[in-house]
Amino acid sequence: MECQECQERQATVHFTQVINGEKMEVHLCQQCAKEKGYVSQDDDPYSLHHLLSGLFHQKANTLSHSSQQAHSYQELVCDKCGMTYPQFLKIGKFGCAHCYDTFSEHLDPLFRKVHSGNTTHEGKVPKRTGSDIHHRKQLRHLKLSLQQAIAAEAFEEAARLRDQIKAMEKRTEEQEEGDKQ
Amino acid sequence: MSLEHFMSEAVSPWLKEDGPDSDIVMSSRIRLARNFSAYPFPLIAGDEQMEHILHIMLNIFDQRSFADYKKLEFVKMSDLKAIEKQVLVEKHLISPHLADKSDYGAVLISENEQVSIMINEEDHIRAQLYFPGFQLGGALEQAFQLDDWLEEKVDYAFDEDRGYLTCCPTNVGTGLRASVMMHLPALAITRKINRLIPAINQLGLAVRGIYGEGSEALGNIFQISNQITLGRSEEDIIEDLKGVVEQLIEHERQARRVLVEQSPLELENRLFRSLGVLQHSRIIESKETAKCLSDVRLAIDLGFINNISKSILNELVVLTQPAFLQQYAKRRLSPNERDVFRASVIRERLNMEQKEEL
Ligand SMILES: [Zn+2]
Ligand SMILES: [Zn+2]
Repeated sequence: MECQECQERQATVHFTQVINGEKMEVHLCQQCAKEKGYVSQDDDPYSLHHLLSGLFHQKANTLSHSSQQAHSYQELVCDKCGMTYPQFLKIGKFGCAHCYDTFSEHLDPLFRKVHSGNTTHEGKVPKRTGSDIHHRKQLRHLKLSLQQAIAAEAFEEAARLRDQIKAMEKRTEEQEEGDKQ
Repeated sequence: MSLEHFMSEAVSPWLKEDGPDSDIVMSSRIRLARNFSAYPFPLIAGDEQMEHILHIMLNIFDQRSFADYKKLEFVKMSDLKAIEKQVLVEKHLISPHLADKSDYGAVLISENEQVSIMINEEDHIRAQLYFPGFQLGGALEQAFQLDDWLEEKVDYAFDEDRGYLTCCPTNVGTGLRASVMMHLPALAITRKINRLIPAINQLGLAVRGIYGEGSEALGNIFQISNQITLGRSEEDIIEDLKGVVEQLIEHERQARRVLVEQSPLELENRLFRSLGVLQHSRIIESKETAKCLSDVRLAIDLGFINNISKSILNELVVLTQPAFLQQYAKRRLSPNERDVFRASVIRERLNMEQKEEL
């Protein structure tokens, strides 16, 4: 199998990526995989932390070269725990849950590297406090399936999904009405 | 405090049960990382905040029991001697990190040692659940229930897009680390394991030796675990891991068949020599112990030896670790004294087996 990226060399790195809920198979040669940051540069497959610190240092270096951007990085401070963005880059750990919001715009590339292309949670939702989230996720999934059904001209399936979505939305509205009273 | 029984037995009660594929998979583990939403992570949290979290967990969960896992015992790191902490590490009931950064660390351990919930480790909560043999699916299901049970009382740091928020970016999302401990002697003897490890790594899974330093696997015991925690559901993560473990089991069985077919006498010779070393040594290092124990366990699995119980590997690997050995001796031992004491413990244990035979 040839590499998807350069379409020259033999693909030796194979994995599945999930982006926005869609699964994609990825086949790359060692070199392209390295360039895209999917495998660590030092060929030590055990050490995720190396990969992380590599990434951080890289960023820190490019920072010092472009002063404009560096400025905005420096100013990012988590107002809950006091962690600054440069500190976060240096130690590679968050100080508190709010850091995730504070540094949010810079996190996608980092998560992509660490979690083979993924940036969004796909798994469990807290049972007690997460029922709204659970509901919204379900609704989003249904809507996505509806689009796919329509695109595939599976109209019976689409009609069934549309009814399901309507029913769910109606239930939510009624609940919200109920909450107001 | 009934700390005593966590310290005195080398093999956790749950590990004495036989699980599926237990000739190769020793145990399956699910670990979930969770944090309180209202407190900074332990890395940043102040003394008072850490103390607070300890109090909350102690008051809510000490002496309570989750499902039918028997009651949880709250053990504060600051109440333990260094050697006692080390024993808990050797039994995998706590992490080295918790043992070292112990000022405000604690652990809730279920009576049968199947559940352990570390508090103020890198994250506020690290809940882990063990199963004997190869039972990842069952372990995940139970871990979810344990998680829901904890969440009834604790407000978790959770974000709709990023999932469970953790101190380290490598755990965010599911906060899930699923792992299996595998005994792979035939793949190690034939050196096939060296080719398999890079292939497993490329699937986003980590392989490491469970005892011993770095990637060296003492006793041919390897731990296989997921690395990716974000963007895949827990079930998908488990499925991937299961698929690889199934293949490894197949490879190991195949390698065992080949060893037996191609050089039965050499194999038998090697394995019985190892038994001889264990039975007669007066001084033995932990590295040689692990190698010989692995051989003896393989000999039992292949039917060469049938008067020694299978649990010997699990038991003696832990029993002959430095801290456990000293705990057992009830005194501090120098490295040389340890090698002598280790040899005598092993002889004693093997003698016991033989007597039971009679
Ligand atoms: Zn390429
Ligand atoms: Zn923060």
